[in-house]
Amino acid sequence: MSVNRTLLSVDKSSLIDFISTREEPEWILAERLQALELVEQLPYPKLEKTRLEQWDFGLLGSHVQPRRVSSLQELPAGAASHVVSENVIVGRNSGVAFIRLSDELEGKGVIFTDLDIAVRDHTDLVRPYYMRAIHANENIITALHATARTGGVFLYVPENVHIEVPLQALFVQDQADAIHMPHVLIVAEANSCVTFIENVISSLGSTGSYSTNGMLEVFVKPGAKVSIVSIHNVEASVIDTTYRRAVVEADGAIEWIIGELNEGNAVSDTTTLIQGTGASSDAKIICVGKGGQKLDLTTRAVHFGKHTDSDMLTKAVMTGQSTAIINGITKIEKGASGTNGQQTERVLMLSPEARGDANPILLIDEDDVKAGHAASVGQVNAEQLYYLMSRGINKEEAQRLIINGFLMPVIAEIPYEDVQDQIIQLVERKLGIKGGA
Amino acid sequence: MKTRLTINGLKAVIEGKEILKGFDLEIKGGEIHAVMGPNGTGKSTLASALMGHPKYEVTSGNVTLNGEDLLEMDVDERARAGLFLAMQYPSEIAGVTNSDFLRSAVNARREEGDEISLIKFIRQMESQMKTLEMNPEFMHRYLNEGFSGGEKKRNEILQMMMLEPKIAILDEIDSGLDIDALRIVAEGVNALRHEDRGFLIITHYQRLLNYIKPDFVHVMMQGRIVKSGGPELAERLEAEGYEWVKAELGIEDETVGQD
Ligand SMILES: Nc1ncnc2c1ncn2[C@@H]1O[C@H](COP(=O)(O)OP(=O)(O)OP(=O)(O)O)[C@@H](O)[C@H]1O
Ligand SMILES: [Mg+2]
Repeated sequence: MSVNRTLLSVDKSSLIDFISTREEPEWILAERLQALELVEQLPYPKLEKTRLEQWDFGLLGSHVQPRRVSSLQELPAGAASHVVSENVIVGRNSGVAFIRLSDELEGKGVIFTDLDIAVRDHTDLVRPYYMRAIHANENIITALHATARTGGVFLYVPENVHIEVPLQALFVQDQADAIHMPHVLIVAEANSCVTFIENVISSLGSTGSYSTNGMLEVFVKPGAKVSIVSIHNVEASVIDTTYRRAVVEADGAIEWIIGELNEGNAVSDTTTLIQGTGASSDAKIICVGKGGQKLDLTTRAVHFGKHTDSDMLTKAVMTGQSTAIINGITKIEKGASGTNGQQTERVLMLSPEARGDANPILLIDEDDVKAGHAASVGQVNAEQLYYLMSRGINKEEAQRLIINGFLMPVIAEIPYEDVQDQIIQLVERKLGIKGGA
Repeated sequence: MKTRLTINGLKAVIEGKEILKGFDLEIKGGEIHAVMGPNGTGKSTLASALMGHPKYEVTSGNVTLNGEDLLEMDVDERARAGLFLAMQYPSEIAGVTNSDFLRSAVNARREEGDEISLIKFIRQMESQMKTLEMNPEFMHRYLNEGFSGGEKKRNEILQMMMLEPKIAILDEIDSGLDIDALRIVAEGVNALRHEDRGFLIITHYQRLLNYIKPDFVHVMMQGRIVKSGGPELAERLEAEGYEWVKAELGIEDETVGQD
């Protein structure tokens, strides 16, 4: 079989047409055209034991702008139930359908808007950051995103502003021929503080082949603190490729809480570049594999700054014939003395045909550091099951308790109970277990 | 119907080795039976085989609880039929809180749609914990995780009090308990004494039996009961050890043997 990039079915001339009709600042148009050249040249990302060339990404589709609505009720069925926050942007297919930001936050100078609008109205704020954490020239997927992305979210938190309530973006893909490339760009200025929740869902049906090509870029300025909750739950017919990347400056902190709860094949890469002295990164990931799903999940912390900390914890539950490659990469660059990088990957196998590979990797170019990893792949503990059942709890419920317990170290970290419940429900639905009391 | 557990000629093997070699006993509601015996004579195996631990294979004999065949039931069914085992070594389960676990166990005994309300459950659990002088924080701790030996034992009794079994087997519930805890746990057990509830108490020490007066005392050796008597038998064992029993019965190796 000849490997060709038409799996992504990119029609160059229609993309050139698309770019030429964009009413956008010159710089971004130039970058789109450059990226389009890269789409033709760059390879797929190199993944261990996963050959993306052979995945059916379906047609790229075209740009479908949603109708702007004034209430959540006008959104497709089920979408509103995902909204847990007063301050929310709903993206639909290739654009933004709904924006709500409180007067209070607006008054504090917070910008929370459609990225397309921000590119025009706040171009000086967007330009230094957009596609600067993740680069167009990394591979065909990032290049395609840089070429064709429309819609998305720009969140700007001014210096010293602490936002107590979460801000949320919900991305819905519900039209088969629409390009879906959600992009979140967050700039948290010095000593600011914010929590952001991202949900990606789809409603396309079980037949056909679709893809979502998303990015989340976060810039954490000195002393700022950003928490990201990112829950992906698209249908089996959708391939999800997602890059999440944070750049953290001195004494800044990022916290990732990630639910990889898609029904279909997925590749994700969540990376923190820990640039400044005293900065830190904490990543917690939940993943459930089901059916014939193939998952490739990478979590990475790269230490540049001195006295920086990173911690990563992945918990995966694998059922059916699903396969997960779970990579944890802790990289400590020369000069990043006094740093501490830790990681743990734990895989719970619920089926003999499922596979879970945990690959902890430490790459260390500095002497004066601490680094450690732990990884395990195991089954439900038979003694624990017996103990619970000896109290009258049936096997299904006992397993549910044990699985929830396994995931709890991540779930308990989620700062909002609504979101905790959302994740628990998604996990239980994916595992086909009935929720308990 | 009055509670009655009947064990007849029970034999069980683990990893190919026969450990229970024909165990007979009948426990009726209102009775307290104590089982004593040297280490490695099959006491915990008896408890595990009755509860249905998957590692223990019953090769012959039969067990009925109120006329129902216990050995035909899965572990959870045995529990719902009224059997409770306070284990010698309870499992630790991270991520599952004590209260979530116990509520699941309580609700497992109730019809769907008739689950206990959260408030009522919490009130019951709090009041039983108070009886056992347990710190309320144990409600939200993960099940047995990091509990001290004595705390685990108290937690076993807490579960028994919440689940109100018909037959309770307590496997060395006194080990690891300090003197005050021993009294508190024994009071918990005594509070549950009821004409419809039978107890099988496995212990090495008379001390516990001072608090919980048994009706019958059995000595277990070589995987079966070799001698039975009243409370005075436990007192004599405490004072003299097992040698006289072995001599009387002509037993040289009291364990279940190496065959
Ligand atoms: N899982 C197992 N694998 C192998 N042998 C076992 C297992 N469980 C029990 N045995 C063996 O069965 C015999 C009886 O063990 P059991 O735990 O029933 O003794 P016990 O009377 O409860 O002793 P103790 O007073 O020390 O608690 C012992 O020789 C023990 O080693
Ligand atoms: Mg024992």
